Amino acid sequence: MDWKYLPIFPESASNFSPHIDALYAYLVTVSAFFSILIAVVIVVFAFKYRRKSDSEIPVPLNEHGAGSMLLEITWSVIPLLLSLVMFGWGAMIFFDESKPPADAMDIWVVGKQWMWKIQHLEGAREINELHIPVNRNIRLTLTSEDVIHDFYVPAFRTKTDVVPGKYTTEWFRPTKVGEYHLFCAEYCGTKHSGMIGTIYVMNANDYDAWLSSGGTVGSMSEKGEALFQQLGCVTCHQSDGKGRCPKLVGLYGTNVELKGGATVVADASYIRESIVNPLTKIVNGYDGIMPTFQGLVTEDQIQQLIEYVKSIGPKSAAAAAGAQAGTPKNNPGAAANPARGTRP
Amino acid sequence: MASHATVLRHHFENGEQQKEASSLGMWVFLLTELMFFGGMFMAYLAYRQAYPDSFAAASSKLNVTLGMCNTLVLIGSSLTMALAVRCAAAGSGKKLVVLFLILTLLLGGVFLGIKAKEYHDKWIHHEVPGANFHPEDWPKNVDMSHASLYFGLYFGMTGLHASHMVIGVGLLLFLIIRANQGAYTPEWHTPVEMVGLYWHFVDIVWIFLFPLLYLIDPNFGRQ
Amino acid sequence: MLTATRAPERPSSYLTDGYGLKSWLLTSDHKRIAILYLISITFFFFIGGIFAALIRLELATPAGDLLESDVYNKMFTMHGIVMIFFFLIPSIPATLGNFLIPEMIGAKDLAFPRINLLSWYIYVFGGIFVVYVLLTGGVDTGWTFYTPFSTSYSNTKVMAAAVGIFIAGFSSILTGLNFIVTIHRMRAPGLSWFRLPLFVWAHYATSMIQILGTPVVAVTILLVAMERGLHIGIFDPALGGDPVLFQHLFWFYSHPAVYIMILPSMGVISEIISTFTRRRPFGYTFIAFSSVAIAVFGFLVWGHHLFVSSQSVYAGMVFSILSYVVAIPSAIKVFNWTATMYKGSVELSTPMLYAIGFIGLFTIGGLTGLFLACLGMDVHLTDTYFVVAHFHYVMVGGAIMGYLAGLHFWWPKMTGRMYPVLWSKIAGVIIFLGFNLTFFPQFILGFLGMPRRYHVYPPEFQVYNVLSSAGATVLGLGYLIPFIYFMWSLKYGKPAGPNPWGATGLEWQIPSPPPTENFEVTPVVTVEAYEYHAQEVVEVG
Repeated sequence: MDWKYLPIFPESASNFSPHIDALYAYLVTVSAFFSILIAVVIVVFAFKYRRKSDSEIPVPLNEHGAGSMLLEITWSVIPLLLSLVMFGWGAMIFFDESKPPADAMDIWVVGKQWMWKIQHLEGAREINELHIPVNRNIRLTLTSEDVIHDFYVPAFRTKTDVVPGKYTTEWFRPTKVGEYHLFCAEYCGTKHSGMIGTIYVMNANDYDAWLSSGGTVGSMSEKGEALFQQLGCVTCHQSDGKGRCPKLVGLYGTNVELKGGATVVADASYIRESIVNPLTKIVNGYDGIMPTFQGLVTEDQIQQLIEYVKSIGPKSAAAAAGAQAGTPKNNPGAAANPARGTRP
Repeated sequence: MASHATVLRHHFENGEQQKEASSLGMWVFLLTELMFFGGMFMAYLAYRQAYPDSFAAASSKLNVTLGMCNTLVLIGSSLTMALAVRCAAAGSGKKLVVLFLILTLLLGGVFLGIKAKEYHDKWIHHEVPGANFHPEDWPKNVDMSHASLYFGLYFGMTGLHASHMVIGVGLLLFLIIRANQGAYTPEWHTPVEMVGLYWHFVDIVWIFLFPLLYLIDPNFGRQ
Repeated sequence: MLTATRAPERPSSYLTDGYGLKSWLLTSDHKRIAILYLISITFFFFIGGIFAALIRLELATPAGDLLESDVYNKMFTMHGIVMIFFFLIPSIPATLGNFLIPEMIGAKDLAFPRINLLSWYIYVFGGIFVVYVLLTGGVDTGWTFYTPFSTSYSNTKVMAAAVGIFIAGFSSILTGLNFIVTIHRMRAPGLSWFRLPLFVWAHYATSMIQILGTPVVAVTILLVAMERGLHIGIFDPALGGDPVLFQHLFWFYSHPAVYIMILPSMGVISEIISTFTRRRPFGYTFIAFSSVAIAVFGFLVWGHHLFVSSQSVYAGMVFSILSYVVAIPSAIKVFNWTATMYKGSVELSTPMLYAIGFIGLFTIGGLTGLFLACLGMDVHLTDTYFVVAHFHYVMVGGAIMGYLAGLHFWWPKMTGRMYPVLWSKIAGVIIFLGFNLTFFPQFILGFLGMPRRYHVYPPEFQVYNVLSSAGATVLGLGYLIPFIYFMWSLKYGKPAGPNPWGATGLEWQIPSPPPTENFEVTPVVTVEAYEYHAQEVVEVG
């Protein structure tokens, strides 16, 4: 069916691909069925009932001219039912896509005009390329430095907009070793069509080898820690909690009570907002004295700071243990690096 | 022209059809205006819900007294407008109709004058988004980064409203001139009614604008 | 009751009632205003078509060898802006709707003739801004103006383009307002709602959308202008704004806008199918109500453009299911049109060929919309060529085919002339084939993963792109042919009588072309709509 110059299906390389392709087959079948049905019926009617003489006027089908409640109901209900199947099936896949598994490997992405910058937790950085191990759940957390972009991998059948000022996430589990297109799929200016790259899915050993080559200096959380000192965060956010600012040790992932009574979860978005827009959410019991660091840190650096805050979070010890121990199936090549990402 | 009982346009069958068409037309137009203002109201509500403190602090910089004044002025002008319509319908004589229309116009002018003063105050206090934007006396500990959002929406919403007032003033001038010529009779005074509808609508928009923009928390940040 | 007679020697009509530019530019006659619109939208169609030609020419090769990236980006942006706001949205309502609605309801004109003329001037004024943008460097934000690119990053004529669209929107609003009041208040005696032609129902539903939706995009554009000029921070995250809020506000109008573009076409198709099968449309009431249902539900689905935008999953579910609901009324129409042909007396005239083509292409376009309404599927397909193919199938295969069908159907009424029938059928077939060759390969390209708005692309996508560009050439030539013979027919076409097709409807009872006041005496309607038995149809000269 697929000839080299007239391909129909892209490569199927993620856990989602077979589901999307099956759903596509269903959609194509239903569409083809109804299109052909209507076309054939029209052509048949056009010939069978073609006008024989100029003065002929057809007899009305019933006393009201033309109509049939039974037909109207039939051809409303059947398409509705077929549509509900489409809805349900698509919704299930979508829902799955929105729930990254707890053991997913974190990778951070920053999109900017017109390139993709990628950081692995261990410190490896890539531009327009993403090396990942096969059969591992991967979660990307993405943001943009400027306009809206979109991280699209047709072979995985996944995409998400990459929006400035917030984090979006997508997850997938690559199932096939190979090289796949990465496209920006939200128009972003002059070189929109040049903002492309390659996803390299490697088997576990090759991936580990790749990770340790390249000579990176310091993991993300280590770089984050360095920034934490450099930018002076440590002077207020003292680890014993005696500073003028909330303690960050044991914070990540917990609930935070804000001035005014609301509660939020201290997740990646909250940490980012606290860095660039600190007065928007002030912790109860503290004054709004933190200056904004917008413009003083890049999005990449914010991601490093978040990894640092994660690493001093409450679950870091537990997760480090968990990452070594029983991991879900299809997870050969267990953690080589104990400082790997913790639960969100 | 002034001596005809009605001014029937040639494509209408009769005066009643013409009047009903004019009336429905104005109501449909006001519906479009509702959607027009509605878009900005939605944006305002979305951001107010997201940044309540910022909006409260920015809003407290508005002069509630002037705003209240404007509200009363506009309600008064709706009264005089309604009286103008009533006089035209009751055939109370063109002098009364013209009087009430002029009063409406004057009250509308007062509103615009007060608005101009408010805008001027904002300008000199650097509260107009743009190159010169830096509000003063901001309460401590309150997020100021969304102040330009508040003020931008303030100018957008009140500016849109004010431009509708200006158009209303123009329509009133037209009515005054025509009324003075005796064009409006109990049998036909449709333009007066239609402008009345428009004027009341613009008034109602202000009734929503005023509490939303001015009355969030006038004492915010002050103990 | 209705006999078609040989056309008399050219008596006075709206075309001859006053000569000279002033009589046209200051007219209040809805028919003349319709012709003014016809000329201007044809002008914009050709401009939009030139952009399309350049796009397809560039895309025949994977590399960017014809145009610079910046220029290419302006091409697709301006193609979209011109085609959507200055061609499709006015097309049928402002030409056929303006011309026919008063006649179909037995009125002498629309409720507000001078506002009708004003709406044309407003449209032209908006169009002048667009021409200005064209001549002074263009705009490159995409017709969708997503922020913050359009507010904070683009260096092109965004403001001027925004102002032009803002102004043109008021033209649309005034047209809708005029139609609503006219249909409510100016129907001839005896013409109850359920005796109205379905064309009128379609325009009523369209007008509902125009008056409710357009003001929202107007205010959205105003906010974009304020952001660009004053940096108030409404859509710029650096100033605390939310770029996705723009998308909600924009699509709140722009989704219903697509129904503004298709509903009038559906009205045309109902008239044509009925005439050329000599049957009342099957399920008349259902077709009428489905137009209104589409208008109402059309306002509830805008979030299906935001499935991958960071909108919440639960909102996505709501919008997805509503998007399926809005598809059902369209399906009802297609089935009813097909059923109308059952045991009808079918004549494959040119309008009928276009109408049948419409049904086929709109069905495909509509069904592919179901792919996009499907959440998981849309994640893969959104922002790819699949979407481009889908909307061109419904907008071009649907709306434009319907527009051409209507022009071919009512041309004799509007001009008093017939066009050459053989050429019209040849053109129709060329357009149908060219269209499918252009856009069907794009479905495949989209599923393969080719994103939209791409200036350069990986070489493995080339073959389908070449097929598509070849199709575009055929399609372009196909569109030229009607333009030529319509112009030709104005001088050399066979004179047409009042009712060359043997159709029902009040517009076919008055001369072709009609006199300025349409009806000397207001008709009184005593029969149901599409009452073919009430007429004896005789061969027309």
